[in-house]
Amino acid sequence: MNNALPFHDLSPDTASLVNVRFDGTEYALPEGANLAAALLAAGVTVFRTTPTSQAPRAPYCMMGACYDCLVKIDGTTRQACMTEVRKGLIVERAHTAGGVDENG
Amino acid sequence: MKTADLIVIGAGPAGMAAASTAADAGLSVLLLDEQPRAGGQIYRDVKRAATVRGHILGQDFTEGLPLVEGIEKQGITQVFGATVWSIDATGKVACSVNGQGIVARGLRVLLATGALERPMPIPGWTLPGVMTAGAAQILLKQSGLVPKRAVLAGSGPLLYLIAAQMVRAGVPPLALVETQVRGDFIAALRHSVGALRGWRYLLKGLKMLRETERAGVLRYRGATGIAVEGERQAKALTFTASGQSHRIACDTVLLHHGVVPNTQAARSLGVDHVWSDRQACFVPRPDQWGGTGHDRILIAGDGAGIGGARVAEIAGRLAALRVATDLGRMTGPERDAQAAPLFRQRNRELAVRPFLDTAYPPYTGALSPDDGTIVCRCEEVTAGDIRRFARLGCKGPNQAKAFGRAGMGPCQGRYCGLAVSSLLAQENDATHDGTGYFRVRPPLKPVTLGELAATEDQTGRAG
Ligand SMILES: Cc1cc2nc3c(=O)[nH]c(=O)nc-3n(C[C@H](O)[C@@H](O)[C@H](O)COP(=O)(O)OP(=O)(O)OC[C@H]3O[C@@H](n4cnc5c(N)ncnc54)[C@H](O)[C@@H]3O)c2cc1C
Ligand code: FES
Repeated sequence: MNNALPFHDLSPDTASLVNVRFDGTEYALPEGANLAAALLAAGVTVFRTTPTSQAPRAPYCMMGACYDCLVKIDGTTRQACMTEVRKGLIVERAHTAGGVDENG
Repeated sequence: MKTADLIVIGAGPAGMAAASTAADAGLSVLLLDEQPRAGGQIYRDVKRAATVRGHILGQDFTEGLPLVEGIEKQGITQVFGATVWSIDATGKVACSVNGQGIVARGLRVLLATGALERPMPIPGWTLPGVMTAGAAQILLKQSGLVPKRAVLAGSGPLLYLIAAQMVRAGVPPLALVETQVRGDFIAALRHSVGALRGWRYLLKGLKMLRETERAGVLRYRGATGIAVEGERQAKALTFTASGQSHRIACDTVLLHHGVVPNTQAARSLGVDHVWSDRQACFVPRPDQWGGTGHDRILIAGDGAGIGGARVAEIAGRLAALRVATDLGRMTGPERDAQAAPLFRQRNRELAVRPFLDTAYPPYTGALSPDDGTIVCRCEEVTAGDIRRFARLGCKGPNQAKAFGRAGMGPCQGRYCGLAVSSLLAQENDATHDGTGYFRVRPPLKPVTLGELAATEDQTGRAG
């Protein structure tokens, strides 16, 4: 168990790792995994900051309801907990409220 | 535009059972769910997870397998990754699939969108590292992840379940901090019929508790003053129990004090909701088949009032029988013959609810949070702000939006609606029904302009 990481992975998937960039750092994450889960497992703690007070936020509900896992993928605000890991994803922290997307 | 006899929104136990029963009666079914695979919250990803983690998740989880297998049949078109954001009373449903807007029309639409965990506003609940207990369960079911240094706080059987599952996974929580008191249990015993019927649930709960205690997990009851400590990340949970203050250092805090119906879809259609004192939430009042007052719209499962997975499954079947009769695929007597045992079974299952609801009431500290506590996570509006709005003349949640943006963020009030209604009711000395709830309008989930435009096109062409 790597004690530096907050989650224990019961069935680590090492077969299908792909590169994903999150806020400039490269991570090797299992292809097809839930993006929010994979980032949490990799030790990411802050997914976005709030528009009102820049407070840090991270996944709260994991079921697509709270929007605290918002990230930017290819310029569009997405819920990390509703996204699957794909090769070459470029993910950034969201600093917006993420309503109807301005780039949509 | 896609068409179907029945569009089912949500592939949890209610939606899966409805789809399967409807297809058996010869109806064409379009089953939509925003998750990548069938199962809903209780049976999340059961097909994959049952084989690798069935022993940890338990029999109540693997019981979902036949339901998932039951939707693999002729007549059912399944679309996953489909986020429904608009439903109208004529049966038109708009959703986004992979960033594409899609419109479908059903002769009938069944809302089976399930429940949410009751919001638990306590100091520090917005910090990274704080999640719902259900979120931890989803991480375990779907991804095989267990937090290493976690404290569980709140009340209810689901808290025991996640604790026991973590123990079985070899990563027990540091502590179980419960908010209910002995008096709650004694009061619950008054629902003696339910308590007897609920014996099975009680024994199950006790077994899970024993499993947890045997693993050395500390347990506290009657906790008050619960708060999460930390600057940019949860560092500890603090609380008072039996007159002593406690501080438990941890990385993860898992909160839970019950589940409440996810009313967004039904409310967007103007379906009436009333306050339930016993469940401490708003519930719609469907008829015995799930009829809503809109001829083409039905509702089943925990979204229609919390009854649990078995009740959800039964309600799904009953709604499908009703639709099959409405659409002339089944006679009234045939429907009634199939429905009779289902009604009996549902009554038996529901008998335990008053007992459970009374034994595990919501945490009062989160029903009436301190002024400084954030209530609306999205817009960072505090309980004190809402009280101030009330003093300035704010009577209801829709006005609160104008006073200070409460409920106007991307979650659209899902995690503050109940708290805002309750705080305004308390402060104005009004009833919940009189205070009301946020008006919910489509889009139910944020959509991109591209998705909107695509659906307008389809409606223009075909609808
Ligand atoms: C996080 C969580 C975990 C739970 N875990 C358990 C458990 O382990 N054991 C237990 O007994 N009970 C559990 N429950 C209680 C739960 O409510 C069950 O009783 C059961 O899952 C209810 O079944 P259902 O079919 O009504 O809804 P659900 O199972 O909740 O299914 C609803 C489905 O609708 C989909 N949906 C919702 N909105 C939309 C939309 N706009 N567009 C498309 N799809 C949508 C969701 O993705 C979901 O798959 C849990 C509840 C929650 C919230
Ligand atoms: S964690 Fe709540 S929406 Fe993703």
